[in-house]
Amino acid sequence: MSELWRGVDGRGRIVLALVLATLLALPLVADRYVLSVLTLIFYFAYVGQAWNLMMGFAGQLSLGHALYVGLGGYVSALLWLDFGIGPWLGVFAAVAVAAGFGAAIGWLGFRFGIAGVYFALLTIAFAEFTRIGFDHLSFTGGAAGLFLPFEEKRMGEWWNLRGGQLLFYYLALALASCAVLLVALLARSRLGYRWLAVREDEMAARALGIDAFAVKMAAVVISAAMTAVGGVFYAFYYNNLFPSQVFEISRSIELILAPIVGGLGTVFGPVIGAFVLTPLGEVLIAVTARLGVNAPGMKAVFYGVTLIVIVCVMPTGVWPRIAGLLGLGGRTP
Amino acid sequence: MWPIYLSVAIQGVLTGLVYGLMALGLSVIFGVVRVVNFAHGEFAVVAMYATYVLFTAFRLDPLLALVPLAALFFFVGYALQAALINPFVGRPEHEQFILLVGVGIIIVNVLLIGFGPDARPVNLSYGFDSYEIGPLLIDKPRVFAAAAAIAVAAALFWFFRRTRTGTAIRACADNLVGAGVIGLNVKRLYALTFGLGLACVGAAGALLVTIADPVPMLGPAYTLIAFIIVIIGGMGSMGGALVGGVLIGVSEALAGFLFAPSMKSMFSFALLIAVLVLRPQGLMGQRP
Repeated sequence: MSELWRGVDGRGRIVLALVLATLLALPLVADRYVLSVLTLIFYFAYVGQAWNLMMGFAGQLSLGHALYVGLGGYVSALLWLDFGIGPWLGVFAAVAVAAGFGAAIGWLGFRFGIAGVYFALLTIAFAEFTRIGFDHLSFTGGAAGLFLPFEEKRMGEWWNLRGGQLLFYYLALALASCAVLLVALLARSRLGYRWLAVREDEMAARALGIDAFAVKMAAVVISAAMTAVGGVFYAFYYNNLFPSQVFEISRSIELILAPIVGGLGTVFGPVIGAFVLTPLGEVLIAVTARLGVNAPGMKAVFYGVTLIVIVCVMPTGVWPRIAGLLGLGGRTP
Repeated sequence: MWPIYLSVAIQGVLTGLVYGLMALGLSVIFGVVRVVNFAHGEFAVVAMYATYVLFTAFRLDPLLALVPLAALFFFVGYALQAALINPFVGRPEHEQFILLVGVGIIIVNVLLIGFGPDARPVNLSYGFDSYEIGPLLIDKPRVFAAAAAIAVAAALFWFFRRTRTGTAIRACADNLVGAGVIGLNVKRLYALTFGLGLACVGAAGALLVTIADPVPMLGPAYTLIAFIIVIIGGMGSMGGALVGGVLIGVSEALAGFLFAPSMKSMFSFALLIAVLVLRPQGLMGQRP
């Protein structure tokens, strides 16, 4: 950890400390709306970071990450509703289930040499399969959804994640910060370098004696487990789960936008991407509402255009540019 | 009981042939350009809406609308490849993916803004007619649609086997460097191929209105169906696309009949997972 801090140069340290202090102190001045937008930003930075681990570092394209969000959310919500087990314990079950699914998909894919587009399709297939399955499962509420009751007397029970905006703001901030730290640590570990080797040239990596199968499995399992924690957050923040919403392929795509815009395979890319995209979406909603245009698809069109522009103009993402301009980056990957 | 099952299965075959035509476009594009068209189903839905507009405005039968739509989509595809996608040929897979996902998202939501979320059915005068063959009952519009799908597919097969341009495109698919060396204009042939792929989609979209009512959200669903079909049949294999289409059509029809219509695509995904694991190159594909 201390080595990680030493790897950041002077200017980077100042920026990092300033940003973190500002975000910690912000609830003193900001109103509920600003906090809710920031909570959303942290959430997308967090799940984007989880996805980035798999795609950006290990080079395995998953387009079904909504599966792990949904599983995490459903497992923790069901434990809470049916057995009264709180989310701080439930998160372990959620992580275990999602990691199990991730391991199954990874095993099927990597054992049989399914890569690239085919692997991406396998992940979509599993997510869609699960979505339709949950639509027909009665004990999860089926297509009618699962609701976490809002109880006045339980408000403030932070140990059960029952609370207001402030609780979720700090929780999301903590999640996003931990994810950045974890990815930064992993990126400089043996495993991280093996991921890069497999991403760049799997054949060459195997020739060097790297067990590509094990390395890729590690990426899927860690990424799935991290994403599931995001799912627990989602379930207790929004208090409702619908299969058609949490497992939808558009959710999987929404979740990968931030790392792509910010910069794949960089530690700060997903964070920057989330900070760029989410407020832009909010501004767009506000502007269209002000203009009196009632068009539910506007935000998505905007995301589509953003994707195309980014991939045409800056395929490596925004963060490498910003880092270069500010003279940041130093030795951090 | 068996005549009902057989009727359902035959309906599935007919539907599957139309799906197969749509997937054929995807297969041709992937087989030659090596770009995965992740907006494939979205283009099919655009064609469905175009058919709806032509039908409500001019009473043009979908079977006739197929011809101008295929032509129009050919030019759209040509322009798209020439302007947007050619620079992405040979770039990392995920970048091509993102580009076309972006195109798909835009299409779905522009349709949503333009037409709203409600279905726009094309009510054909012969929409509920059916043929009675002994104890079997078969929908008339689906028979026509399947016949038209076979005709378009046959024309495409003929083009690739018998014409000089078709042979040149196959040369690009077989050996890109060699094709460049003997002086083929690869970029132009790629644009041509993408145009042909989208012409299939345009034709298939016109026929799909006999199977489902156009809704914007069908786009991603059809993209997935086309992908499943192409992978089951074998990427790049033209015959495989039709075989895969029929297989998915029958599995959807039987699953919808025996279980619940909303569960039908679950069986398609199960089939996809099974094929990916047991025979990743697809039923009719060659091992790389």
